[in-house]
Amino acid sequence: MNDFIDNLPLFFQSIWETIYIVVISLVASGVLGLALGVGLTVTRPGHLVARRAVHVSLNVIVNIVRPVPFIIFAAAIGPLTMLAVHTTIGNTAVIFALSLAATFAVARIVEQNLLTVDPGVIEAARAMGASPWNIILRVLIPEGLGPLVLGYTFLFVGIVDMSAQAALIGGGGLGTFAIVYGYQRFNWPVVYFSVAAIIVIVQAGQFFGNWLARRALRR
Amino acid sequence: MSALVRLQNVSKTYPASGLHGPVTAVDDVSLEVNAGDIFGIIGYSGAGKSTLVRLINALERPTSGRVFVGDAELTALGERQLRDERKRIGMIFQQFNLFRSRTVAGNVAYPLAVAGMPRAERDTRVAQLLDFVGLLEKAHNHPEQLSGGQKQRVGIARALATNPRLLLADEATSALDPDTTADVLALLKRVNEQLGVTIVVITHEMEAIRSIANRVAVMDSGRILEQGDVYDVFSSPTTDAASRFVRTVLRDRPTPQTLERLRRVHTGRIVSVKLTEERGFQGRLGRIFAEAGVEWEIIFGGISELRDRSVGSLTYEITGADAAVARALERLQAERIEAVEEA
Ligand SMILES: Nc1ncnc2c1ncn2[C@@H]1O[C@H](COP(=O)(O)OP(=O)(O)OP(=O)(O)O)[C@@H](O)[C@H]1O
Ligand SMILES: [Mg+2]
Repeated sequence: MNDFIDNLPLFFQSIWETIYIVVISLVASGVLGLALGVGLTVTRPGHLVARRAVHVSLNVIVNIVRPVPFIIFAAAIGPLTMLAVHTTIGNTAVIFALSLAATFAVARIVEQNLLTVDPGVIEAARAMGASPWNIILRVLIPEGLGPLVLGYTFLFVGIVDMSAQAALIGGGGLGTFAIVYGYQRFNWPVVYFSVAAIIVIVQAGQFFGNWLARRALRR
Repeated sequence: MSALVRLQNVSKTYPASGLHGPVTAVDDVSLEVNAGDIFGIIGYSGAGKSTLVRLINALERPTSGRVFVGDAELTALGERQLRDERKRIGMIFQQFNLFRSRTVAGNVAYPLAVAGMPRAERDTRVAQLLDFVGLLEKAHNHPEQLSGGQKQRVGIARALATNPRLLLADEATSALDPDTTADVLALLKRVNEQLGVTIVVITHEMEAIRSIANRVAVMDSGRILEQGDVYDVFSSPTTDAASRFVRTVLRDRPTPQTLERLRRVHTGRIVSVKLTEERGFQGRLGRIFAEAGVEWEIIFGGISELRDRSVGSLTYEITGADAAVARALERLQAERIEAVEEA
């Protein structure tokens, strides 16, 4: 137990780092993924701005990138990370890679949710003379918002999961803490406290997400 | 009277997809809707009614032909100009298509925002519209808290928000029960009479046409089979499809089943006579039968009101010597009384 108490300051710093990495990545991928997801949705044949070629291209890109395991993806985009944030290690590099990887997952979730929006409602807005942009921002996204928030909550768990692999590219957070100070030194209390902290973070995030979704859905 | 909507030889063919070949949903349709009309378009499912109505506000572009609304030729406009035209055409739907993410007031305010009305003016206009459709007290409710009839009222308020001169109603009452249907139809009639909005009503229910339309077009397989004044089409349909629709509301002629039942009791000749509004018509018929020397009895019939006039027919059993019956039928023809012997 003393082994853990010695590491207490680092434990708290790791919690903070995990939250920091996860929140920034969630927001960044949330915005980018929303844009990509909206793009995927509205370019579909028969949708708001049907563009078959664009839709197919976006679809292929998402299908190729999304299943790549995060850590391999992070390695693969090394040169891009270098170009964007001038380093390939540390939290900033982790956030960059994580945001990008999660963007593709977010895009799919956004697309799936937006496709459930009743086409009749979109038709009604078109009949009123609304522009595609206006319909996307004021009709499509608000109508799909409730399920979207649930989708983001689901994604939050995935991002926490991916963030724990940060150790492999020199990032911090609870994953690194548990491996470097716990697992590699046979310091099991460190590992279990990390597990507990992760569980609390995930539960808190899910609780908040569900609450938001309930508000959006008014149920 | 000037035509507000003019379709000239309009066709719409959807390209083949998957296992389906190309579908011609609208086939060489020409029609004119005059300002002030409530113009009904009736047809069975798949006749192409929804496609036709969506050509009128250019949600769909025709494969060929031209579409005019007011002074604008929609088929000659680009997407941006079309949006401005659509702001002057309202539309309501079978499934209401209200925004679930907005309140009743928010639904009605949306087209106003799209049309660029300042926020401060919107509230007043929204209240005015909700008052017109009788739903002012529901302004802050969400659509799922409303009944079907109330939803359609919101749909109507929303469609009228920008003061359109044309309202398109695609099966607007088909999801409603008969009482609610009557309420919504009465509201549409009020929209037409009090606000001077021209209305195109798409439906498969002849009753909706009977109660509010002044002109009607009968559609089948993408074509307009027959169009004209509602009274004329109801009283003298010229196509089978039109008479089938007319029969669904008038029920003035015996169906084959009814006829079979009647024949078991009545062994004479069975003749249906179309009613006119002429005074003393029955007496004139009676005299014709008496002079020809036949016995007669009314065995079936129906009279309905249509645009403040009566339409319908009465079915008679005529008995007597063959020569006498023939004489009676000849006299009816000579006096230009429309009569048909039921087969
Ligand atoms: N977007 C589309 N792509 C392909 N075919 C279509 C499309 N929309 C309609 N059709 C076809 O066009 C024909 C007419 O359809 P439409 O919806 O206009 O009929 P309708 O008279 O409104 O029928 P209902 O009473 O069922 O609404 C149908 O055969 C339909 O399958
Ligand atoms: Mg239809």
